[in-house]
Amino acid sequence: MEQISTKLTKKDILNTWKARWGINRMNYKKDPGLYRVGEANEMSPVLVTANYKMSFDMLRKELTGIDAWILVLDTKGINVWCAAGKGTFGTDELVNRIADVHLSEIVSHRTLILPQLGAPGITAHEVENRSGFEVIYGPVRAADIKKFIIGGKNADSDMRQVRFSFYDRLVLTPVEIKGAVKIWAIVLLVMLVLNFIHHGAFGMTDYFGYSAAILFGCFLVPLLLPWIPGSAFAWKGWLLGIIGVICLNALNGSIFVTEYSTVRAWGYILALPSVSAYFAMNFTGCSTYTSVSGVVKEMKYAVPYIIASLILGVILILYDAFIYMN
Amino acid sequence: MKHKYLKNVVTLKLNPIKCIGCGMCLNVCPHAVFLLYNGKAEIADIDSCMECGACARNCAYEAIEVKSGTGCAAAILYGKLTGEEPCCDCCGK
Repeated sequence: MEQISTKLTKKDILNTWKARWGINRMNYKKDPGLYRVGEANEMSPVLVTANYKMSFDMLRKELTGIDAWILVLDTKGINVWCAAGKGTFGTDELVNRIADVHLSEIVSHRTLILPQLGAPGITAHEVENRSGFEVIYGPVRAADIKKFIIGGKNADSDMRQVRFSFYDRLVLTPVEIKGAVKIWAIVLLVMLVLNFIHHGAFGMTDYFGYSAAILFGCFLVPLLLPWIPGSAFAWKGWLLGIIGVICLNALNGSIFVTEYSTVRAWGYILALPSVSAYFAMNFTGCSTYTSVSGVVKEMKYAVPYIIASLILGVILILYDAFIYMN
Repeated sequence: MKHKYLKNVVTLKLNPIKCIGCGMCLNVCPHAVFLLYNGKAEIADIDSCMECGACARNCAYEAIEVKSGTGCAAAILYGKLTGEEPCCDCCGK
């Protein structure tokens, strides 16, 4: 089987960055199978991971100086945690892959070290019954794997807790922004066309306000997440949005913002924070701590409000643009 | 810092009668929801539970119940609109 290096090349790093921007993210795969690190022999530990190349790279770069086997599961190019939730980083795939690579002939021990975040998809006792291999859950972060192995396969509670730091949140924003680009462009185009039909309907304030509302939801809320009051993400988005609109309205008539009527101002108050709220709510899918029940509950209140206030706000803005103004 | 989400919503349940104190739930939980006390597991911080289902799946004694699933707002919306399973297309189908 393939001997692999623990050093990431410039190309690996570039491709990781690209994947973070959603470029080729869905096709960034490693072939499933068994890989050898260092001088791995029949007594070396077996570390299991997903066939998303980023997952594979994040693991192997932590293994300098370690002799180990890496067992790559076919998770359709998806990372460990998402695949576990979906079931592809699952019991069946693990058991089948063990048989596929003839693992029992390669190692004399009967132990596997799995990433802790694979647990939602793996029934450890069933894996043992079916394959003869015992599942030991290693740390959440690959960065702790060396310490884990050398320390006798013990994880302290810090190694077992998932974080969601500023940096963790920051690297998730490009893909969120990219996801918003299509709808952002469509609405901008509509505004430009309407402005062409009826000159003066929309101006820089509208383009800017609308763009800012999206960025608030996709970028600002994720970054400032724990520091924004309230627990629901939609609320956090709405709160930043309303602050933004108040500033926008306060600047009305200044050199920064073209003057507009009260009708338009109320239109902004209704529509823009809801745009931010919608995109902020979407960030729940990227987060590491939101419960399913919580998201459902949040949406029960947020979605009707967002739809209603968006429609009302747009009606006011259109009324102002086409009827009220001239 | 421990992030806080909505309180009193999660479906996590632990049956102390079935629990034998193996500690597997502590091993797999990403948010330190459980602790071991007097030879049995207990829910120490229920509002930190994200309903990932790792504990229930790895409890060989069926002492834990939780309704896990896709927690992505876009996926849930899509599921409600189409009548299908929640899916936001980012999980590789």
